[in-house]
Amino acid sequence: MSSFKPRDWGSHAPYIAPGYKSTILRGPTRPLVAIKPGLTEGTGPRFAPAAVRKLDFDLTKNGVTNGEPIGERIVVHGRVTDTDGRPQPNLVVEVWQANAAGRYVHKVDQHDAPLDPNFRGSGRCITDANGNYMFYTIKPGAYPWGNHFNAWRPNHIHLSLFGPGFATRLVTQMYFPGDPLLELDPIFLETKDPVARERLISKFSLDKTEEGFALGYQFDIVLRGRNATPMEN
Amino acid sequence: MAYGETPSQTVGPYFAYGLTPGQYGYDFTDIVDPTIAGPDAEGEHIRITGTVYDGEGNPVNDAMIEIWQADANGVYNDNPIDVSDTGFRGLGRCGTGTDANNRFWFDTVKPGVVEDAHAPFVNVIVFMRGMLSHAFTRFYFDDEADRNAKDAVLQSVPEDRRDTLIAKRNQTSSTSPAGIEYRIDIHMQGDRETVVFDV
Ligand SMILES: [Fe+3]
Repeated sequence: MSSFKPRDWGSHAPYIAPGYKSTILRGPTRPLVAIKPGLTEGTGPRFAPAAVRKLDFDLTKNGVTNGEPIGERIVVHGRVTDTDGRPQPNLVVEVWQANAAGRYVHKVDQHDAPLDPNFRGSGRCITDANGNYMFYTIKPGAYPWGNHFNAWRPNHIHLSLFGPGFATRLVTQMYFPGDPLLELDPIFLETKDPVARERLISKFSLDKTEEGFALGYQFDIVLRGRNATPMEN
Repeated sequence: MAYGETPSQTVGPYFAYGLTPGQYGYDFTDIVDPTIAGPDAEGEHIRITGTVYDGEGNPVNDAMIEIWQADANGVYNDNPIDVSDTGFRGLGRCGTGTDANNRFWFDTVKPGVVEDAHAPFVNVIVFMRGMLSHAFTRFYFDDEADRNAKDAVLQSVPEDRRDTLIAKRNQTSSTSPAGIEYRIDIHMQGDRETVVFDV
């Protein structure tokens, strides 16, 4: 049992991030209370590979009713490591996203864009022994949101991971290279450090692109590393 | 540091069909839901429930709460999927968008005392639209006053804020299958702002 290194707040947005208006009434305002790493933070759920069913990793197939989903088929590959570069095997990666038209199947999404009867937009996969994961999907469309006049979210896929411990929990978003909306998006920009922010942008990969089938994108994910000294028990 | 951390991003308003599909009625399996312990699990069966409030005191209807806790013997179960022998998952997830009053609820057993703690508690993570990083907090129990007074983490919290972490027992509840409900609200801001830990 070892504990995890502290969160590197320089890599994350502040709780109150005024460019993203909803944070103003929802982010904690008082100083965080430091907690000495203990047993609790070092433990976490392990999902047996059984948690992921056969089609969960293929969003182009797991929501079909009468045909193929509309849009640009892509394959997302990534490697999950910690900050020391150690691969993170056997982790579940949960993903969800809008369809090619920028519409979520979520019941409260009122965006006036069509639903796709053959695309739900959610799935999950698991990292292999080397920390690698992959899933097939449709490239998500941009969608408007109410943050400010003419606000549009860049194309993005939401990802959620339980790391190796409770402390390493991460929910993030993967963006696409060259998206002109990135430099206008407060959710992206409120991560103030431009170097950290770049980590949210996937890379187009011809190597991962499947001939005649799907464009490849690489999105690596880095979780907090472990402290060098094991915890005393 | 060889690699920099991937920044956290908000869960957004549309997580339900990906993360809590069963609860919200989407056609996708759950890997975690509001049942932390099934009927067969050892221990005192309880329901934990509450509301998340924003800085204007309005209930938040698109938050997602996760709980990670030890079993009745104070042991963490690291495999929440295959629990046919114990009935205890140890992990729960609940969105605030399906209850009429936007409450979260968890059916579980009261945790035992973990090796390095002095009082029973559950670990809590709060996610929502409007938070770019999730918030770590804890729920303690108001009928454990003696142990709470010795708990190093709870005692490290400024005295006037400790109460924000203590769930109130309500024995006569009819909404819980076990009849025992602990109630605790999460206030993101204001006089009763819930303590958030830098885990
Ligand atoms: Fe989104």
